[in-house]
Amino acid sequence: MSFRTALKSTGAANLLSKATKSNVIVPASARSAFSLTSSPDAKSRAPMKYGGKFSCTLIPGDGIGAEITDSVKEIFESINVPIEWEQYNVSGETTGGEALFRQAMDSLKRNKVGLKGILYTPMEVGGHNSWNVAMRQSLDIYASVVVCKSLPGVPTRHQNVDFVIIRENTEGEYAGLEHQSFPGVVENLKVSTRAKADRIARFAFDFALKNGRKKVTCVHKANIMKLGDGLFLNTCKAVAEEYKSSGIAFDAMIVDNTSMQLVSKPQQFDVMVMPNLYGNITSNIGAALVGGPGIVPGCNIGREYALFEPGCRHIGKDIMGTNKANPVAMILSGSMLLRHLGLEKQANAIATSVYDVLKEGKVRTADLGGNATTTDVTKAIIDKL
Amino acid sequence: MLAKPSPSTIANALRSFQAASARSYASAFQSSAPSSAFAQKPDATGNYTVSLIPGDGIGPEISESVKQIYTAAKVPIKWEEVDVTPILKNGKTSIPEDAIKSIKKNTVALKGPLATPIGKGHVSLNLTLRRTFSLFANVRPCVSIQGYKTAYDNVNTVLIRENTEGEYSGIEHEIVDGVVQSIKLITYDASERVARYAFHYASEHGRNKVTAVHKANIMKMSDGMFLQACRAVAKEYPNIQYDEDLLDRACLRIVQNPAPYADRVMVMPNLYGDILSDMCAGLIGGLGLTPSGNIGKDASIFEAVHGSAPDIAGKGLANPSALLLSSLMMLRHMDLFDKAEQIEKAILSTIAEGKHITGDLGGKASTSEFTDRIISKL
Repeated sequence: MSFRTALKSTGAANLLSKATKSNVIVPASARSAFSLTSSPDAKSRAPMKYGGKFSCTLIPGDGIGAEITDSVKEIFESINVPIEWEQYNVSGETTGGEALFRQAMDSLKRNKVGLKGILYTPMEVGGHNSWNVAMRQSLDIYASVVVCKSLPGVPTRHQNVDFVIIRENTEGEYAGLEHQSFPGVVENLKVSTRAKADRIARFAFDFALKNGRKKVTCVHKANIMKLGDGLFLNTCKAVAEEYKSSGIAFDAMIVDNTSMQLVSKPQQFDVMVMPNLYGNITSNIGAALVGGPGIVPGCNIGREYALFEPGCRHIGKDIMGTNKANPVAMILSGSMLLRHLGLEKQANAIATSVYDVLKEGKVRTADLGGNATTTDVTKAIIDKL
Repeated sequence: MLAKPSPSTIANALRSFQAASARSYASAFQSSAPSSAFAQKPDATGNYTVSLIPGDGIGPEISESVKQIYTAAKVPIKWEEVDVTPILKNGKTSIPEDAIKSIKKNTVALKGPLATPIGKGHVSLNLTLRRTFSLFANVRPCVSIQGYKTAYDNVNTVLIRENTEGEYSGIEHEIVDGVVQSIKLITYDASERVARYAFHYASEHGRNKVTAVHKANIMKMSDGMFLQACRAVAKEYPNIQYDEDLLDRACLRIVQNPAPYADRVMVMPNLYGDILSDMCAGLIGGLGLTPSGNIGKDASIFEAVHGSAPDIAGKGLANPSALLLSSLMMLRHMDLFDKAEQIEKAILSTIAEGKHITGDLGGKASTSEFTDRIISKL
């Protein structure tokens, strides 16, 4: 069975909503090659639970990672969240970290759920490829979700910003395929596939539906990359057509214009869906609009695994170890994780006290114009719980 | 390049020769003349000739405004109007021979907005111009305009974008149905050329830092080579600081607080430059106030990057600021710094006082009222 017919017959159209449908038809071989067509049954997809406690993988990451994950651990402990951490102090700074990285991956595969900081990636040719990207690709956590929302009490230039960036997380410019065809001439392949565009577009529309949002905007550069981004745009258009009856509006915007609109009229955006690199750019612009990388949470969702990490993916090496980092992004990512596990009550309690602390504005880290330390903020949040 | 040294380019040529021979593969990658400096000599009356492409839509009106102001300011420029309406030559989109000749002869042109013909098979005119004149660097300064309030009031960025390759190489193919490969092409040659121009620009304009914006943590070889070229050129400019920043971090930092970027020139590959330059334009209020220059080997074209606004064409309502500001970049490119300074002051104070500004800036003035006001301030 060809890839295309496999997709068709398994109803890729229903990837997210009807998990079991494709089970019957897709041969195991096809499944391993194109994990998006695989659909493990519901039981094997559920997060692991031992003795009433969820087991979660924790990778603090480089830079400020250790400080801000400590903050999350403390807060979770203070209200007895039923989570058992499996912590792996992987670091991308050293070459020797690879064995530990593999163990962390095994743990993630076991637990299905994890919380992570950002791992450093060396720039040099010959240095290891980004482990952050490797994780997303090998776990096929294809949808990155970053919510950029103005929070009361956070000083910003723009008010009433509230949009969500849904970013394709596993292909595009991040395919990692490069070669030097001739000294001084490098080709870098950006791979775009209909299957991956289709599932991310569906994810975006489903997200919009589920969260009561009104509009999905496809961000692209199809005027220049007519085939690659054209495929992405056309696939989004086709999916939009299917969701027409749901009342969700659809439009498309070229990425350079998007970045201009974002910094001048960010209120016009609702849900945005885009290929990998553009997501990297817009999520950083978006974060800057609502108060910076210190407060924007994020997650990466796939069919089987979910990995939560700060939305902006910065290591924060410059303030590492100084107890100055803002833990809010990581705490809110942790709260998203709890919601993912169905622990709504704890998730909401933590989120609410974070918002309260921000709103009061008494305890603020340097990035928000205050002089509180990471531990001060953690304590203030715990006091509210 | 060294075969026929002319006095004006010999220093540049020598410099680039030294750089080229320092590399191991010098012969294959001899770079083009480093900065494509303006080389035209004034004619007997002391005037320089500049090609003028008025453009479509509001183009003719705003070009007229520029001409009036230049006449009033006694800028030593003679305009040579050319038409670049595309023609198909051997099935390829091309611009008329006369236009090519004029621009190549004058080596500078000022261009109004062009309406890209819609329909398949037509390569955009901008791309055609870029190819015809090897316009390798796009320069986009964005400065906060007093009198036009945005959420940011301390913007002063300069961005230089590689304009010929990268993600916009146009090499794409569909391998099987539903799987497309697009090739981002980075060459040492083109990277070095744009890096050299960035350093040249920085030293000419009193900025003492060049920042290369990249994504080499992910694209280790391609963006890595871009950085390599920048580093090599940086060694030739010991008086200018050089550093590197990740694309995502640059976006974040600029939108959070653009002020620290006032001391430097940013240089980057094509796509990043496209996105970041428009983002910076957004900070100061959009494309109506942002100038742009395309520096090339054979000629340099300065242009307004906004659209041709057919809805208000011919009504005398258009705002000529972007084209005017672009023309000032042109004057500076031609070393006519005094005139540029004089006109710039007149434009900025006219916008700042806010009495005679066009509709898009929140005023009620017509194009000619705005123009007259600027002239009165010269």
